Amino acid sequence: MDPKTEIAGHARWQDDLYDELRRNGITQFAYVPDAGHSVLIARSLSDRDVHSIRLTTEEEGVALLAGADLGGGRGVLLMQSSGVGNCINMLSLTKGSRFPFLTLVSMRGEFGEGNPWQFAMGQAVEPVLSAMGVICLRAERPEDVVPTTRAAITMVFQSSQAVAVLLTQKLIGAKKF
Amino acid sequence: METGSKAKAAAKVTAPQFVLDRCAAVPALIGRQQDFLHIAGLAGTAYDIAALTDNGTNCYALAGAMGAACMMGLGLALARPERRVLVTTGDGELLMSLGSLAAIAVMNPPNLSILCVDNGHYGETGYQVSHTSLGVDLEAIAQGSGIKLTRTVSTETDIAEGARILRQGNATAFVLLRVKPTDPPKTRLNLDGAACREVFRASLLHSA
Repeated sequence: MDPKTEIAGHARWQDDLYDELRRNGITQFAYVPDAGHSVLIARSLSDRDVHSIRLTTEEEGVALLAGADLGGGRGVLLMQSSGVGNCINMLSLTKGSRFPFLTLVSMRGEFGEGNPWQFAMGQAVEPVLSAMGVICLRAERPEDVVPTTRAAITMVFQSSQAVAVLLTQKLIGAKKF
Repeated sequence: METGSKAKAAAKVTAPQFVLDRCAAVPALIGRQQDFLHIAGLAGTAYDIAALTDNGTNCYALAGAMGAACMMGLGLALARPERRVLVTTGDGELLMSLGSLAAIAVMNPPNLSILCVDNGHYGETGYQVSHTSLGVDLEAIAQGSGIKLTRTVSTETDIAEGARILRQGNATAFVLLRVKPTDPPKTRLNLDGAACREVFRASLLHSA
């Protein structure tokens, strides 16, 4: 695949993902800037019907989404795998009070990673989230992304669960070093 | 040592600007509590607001997840723009989530106000001195984070202006209330967060 096709394919599933989130009533998009979520972030910034919320650290997003739920709103936390570790204690809010919680995690420190600094947290994402009661669903291929996210949305907003969709490095592609 | 006597010992050595009594100053600043949806930070401020609202259905009080209060207020304020949201939090909790002030300032929802009850101490854990007794100014940090509407209330004469700011409604407001390190009102807290969530949502979303 030449680089242009790869970028076009990348953007297409991200656009489909944004549309799926919007179709399901999500109006709060919270994030620490991240290359893996760049299309979602850009779409949320140009969408007048949603709130695009810049966080300084990921646990702020966990609390934000709980507050949104108290008001009947729906949100999503977009983060990189390194941000998962920042959320651990704040997830006691989600688990203890059974707040619905949806996060999309762009993975580092796995398939083809070239930066050794990413492995510690990347490899700890699933055990850490699992320990705090967050169910992990992995998306490995572009065609998995929307159905996996749709499943997560049902689990979160109908069944009041905490779910992370892991956008894997096999899907996103490893960053070049 | 009992918590109450620790508080008294702390009050003797506290700085001169920490003179107001929280049990009087918090209700005076908030006024008619029914006008707000309340998020209360853990420990002292949870008791302040639970007592003021009589554990009302318009109050969600934390007993853990330290640092959550301000961002919960932001999520709630964005979800319910027609309602006024008041976050009441202590100096200890706010010190743990200073970045929240930057995240909130950028969004600047006009229906959100933050009241920080600053007693200069970590009251819940035995009144150890906090950073705000040692020179850290949370109003200056709020200002520097970009919150444009800020005040410090440290005397009786400041209260009317602080109360006005909390209700002004044209930008996110931040009021720092300096109080002496004495115990919050004694009241029972409901520690079942899931039950509190259900009650808060049912009252807000199904009664209109």
